[in-house]
Amino acid sequence: MQIILNNNQEEIPGDLITVAELLKFKNFTFKMLITKINGVLVQKSDYESAAIRDGDVVNVLHLISGG
Amino acid sequence: MNTFEIAFRLKNKIVGIAGCGGLGSNCAVALARVGVGTLIIADFDIISEANLNRQYYFFDQIGFKKVFMLKENIGRINPKIKVITLDVRLLPVNIPSVFAGCDVIVEAFDLADQKEMLLESLQINLPEIPVVAGLGMAGWGMNNIIHHRKMDNIHICGDEISEICPDLPPLAPRVGIVANMQANTVLELLLNKEQK
Repeated sequence: MQIILNNNQEEIPGDLITVAELLKFKNFTFKMLITKINGVLVQKSDYESAAIRDGDVVNVLHLISGG
Repeated sequence: MNTFEIAFRLKNKIVGIAGCGGLGSNCAVALARVGVGTLIIADFDIISEANLNRQYYFFDQIGFKKVFMLKENIGRINPKIKVITLDVRLLPVNIPSVFAGCDVIVEAFDLADQKEMLLESLQINLPEIPVVAGLGMAGWGMNNIIHHRKMDNIHICGDEISEICPDLPPLAPRVGIVANMQANTVLELLLNKEQK
């Protein structure tokens, strides 16, 4: 399936992937994240269950310390 | 738009600032100088000598609460600004009520886990209010990689890669650039919205 991940077109195997699986697949190892599917926040506690499907727009923001 | 028209448009605006450290104190001062009518500032910390390399405080304010000293400093710059101080630790339980009436919210926390907690809480409870976050401003130089971008209603200012560590501390110039970039983004949101 095709998704838009952080403004880039991505080919993802299968027709459904959870947020947790996507982070692993993309090797996103940052601990602190804000993730949105089609503009809606996915709470961290829902990463294992939140499903991403073909055509979804996914944004993963990496949070780093400093301020 | 001239300076008076800008001040007229900004005087009824409310901006919330979460954290009064390097980002928050400098951003608040920039917004006060241009005349944003009400600033809600929240922080529980006290000023230390180590803060003075980047934060908008003075040597004789060491040991005092940041929110109260920032209000005092803003009052010396522009006494017409209403500054609402909250000497509290921001948590998911109080974040929605503190920032509910704001036109824009500035994320000015230090630690990544706190940034995550704040952004998550705001996106759940107040998703209609734009947030301006500071991400990546440690060290020096590297002017050209500091940027602004938008992720839905989260505006990100910073280089998104320079994380603080003992060899890459936060310093006045880069922290000030990002804090002022956040203030500039707030102005863009407030003034452009008004013009429609």
